[in-house]
Amino acid sequence: MVGIVLVSHSASVAEAVAALAAGLTGGGTDVPVVAAGGGPDGGLGTSSDLIASAARTVDQGTGVAVLADLGSAVLTVKALLADDELPAGSRLLDAPFLEGAVAAVVTASTGADLDAVAAAAEEAYTFRKL
Amino acid sequence: MNDTPAPGSGIDATFVRRWLDLATTALDREADRLTELDSPIGDADHGSNMRRGFIAARTAVEQEPPETPGGVLVLVGRTLISTVGGASGPLYGTLLRKAGKELGEAETVGADRLRDALRAGVGGVAQLGGAAAGDKTMLDALLPALDALTGALDAGGSAAEVLASAASAAEEGAEATTPLRARKGRASYLGERSIGHQDPGATSAALLIGALAEAAGATGGGAA
Repeated sequence: MVGIVLVSHSASVAEAVAALAAGLTGGGTDVPVVAAGGGPDGGLGTSSDLIASAARTVDQGTGVAVLADLGSAVLTVKALLADDELPAGSRLLDAPFLEGAVAAVVTASTGADLDAVAAAAEEAYTFRKL
Repeated sequence: MNDTPAPGSGIDATFVRRWLDLATTALDREADRLTELDSPIGDADHGSNMRRGFIAARTAVEQEPPETPGGVLVLVGRTLISTVGGASGPLYGTLLRKAGKELGEAETVGADRLRDALRAGVGGVAQLGGAAAGDKTMLDALLPALDALTGALDAGGSAAEVLASAASAAEEGAEATTPLRARKGRASYLGERSIGHQDPGATSAALLIGALAEAAGATGGGAA
């Protein structure tokens, strides 16, 4: 199953979005989702160590989808990918954080591959609310 | 750990470690000012983030000193990515890692190789952050520094001279960000209200380039 890492500036945001996404799969999901929120000092920010260890945790050899919220979260994931510091098959998704996370986790729970998970998350940008 | 400095023979690991010391000292001294600049238009953590990152980088280099200038830069870059916690971590981390990789395994390089390394690093920053000149970012200090360094080198300046011109250009570039409107990062949400404040990232970039000039001055001018 595709693993999913949620990177937010805030540890509680990352954890809450992970719980929401897992909850919306109908419960009993075994999609590996790990939150990597907050900075190296535990405050608001981004921790590359947390991201790398989360990616290793969720990696089942079939790809890891990473969603990030803003600024340093996005840049840190890109820098880690550029230096091959995330498991092979890891990918940053171009998607809104919360809606993308829900789409990614639900899609991954069907056993879909990384391309399908990425497409579902990215499509979340098109769900207009008005 | 004994270093074997090669006095006056160009840019080696000892030179880069001297730069790291000077940069760390400058960031420590200016941390409050950087954070103050980051308060109206950012999230008021640039000074403390940069200080934390550079102190960690200096410790990492002291613990296992790489033998080449490129090796020191790569280690500093990697440490910044894992310790800074803000956008400046991956950005400066990429700047220094790309620069370090460009220097390869060379034990000593001249100012021309340093220019190539800076160019590679600045290119990496532009690619990662997607910013261009005039967006009110660290590039507004780094790009003028690279241009000035290149021009001074073409004019036949010594290492100390070319780095001094790079430092002045970076400083001027940072000051020139004040009237700009931010187009990248958190400050860009502020639109018009980002005008009238000097960019913290351009300011810290100027400090880092200034430390490079200082490191070259301390070698006694590094004969061309």
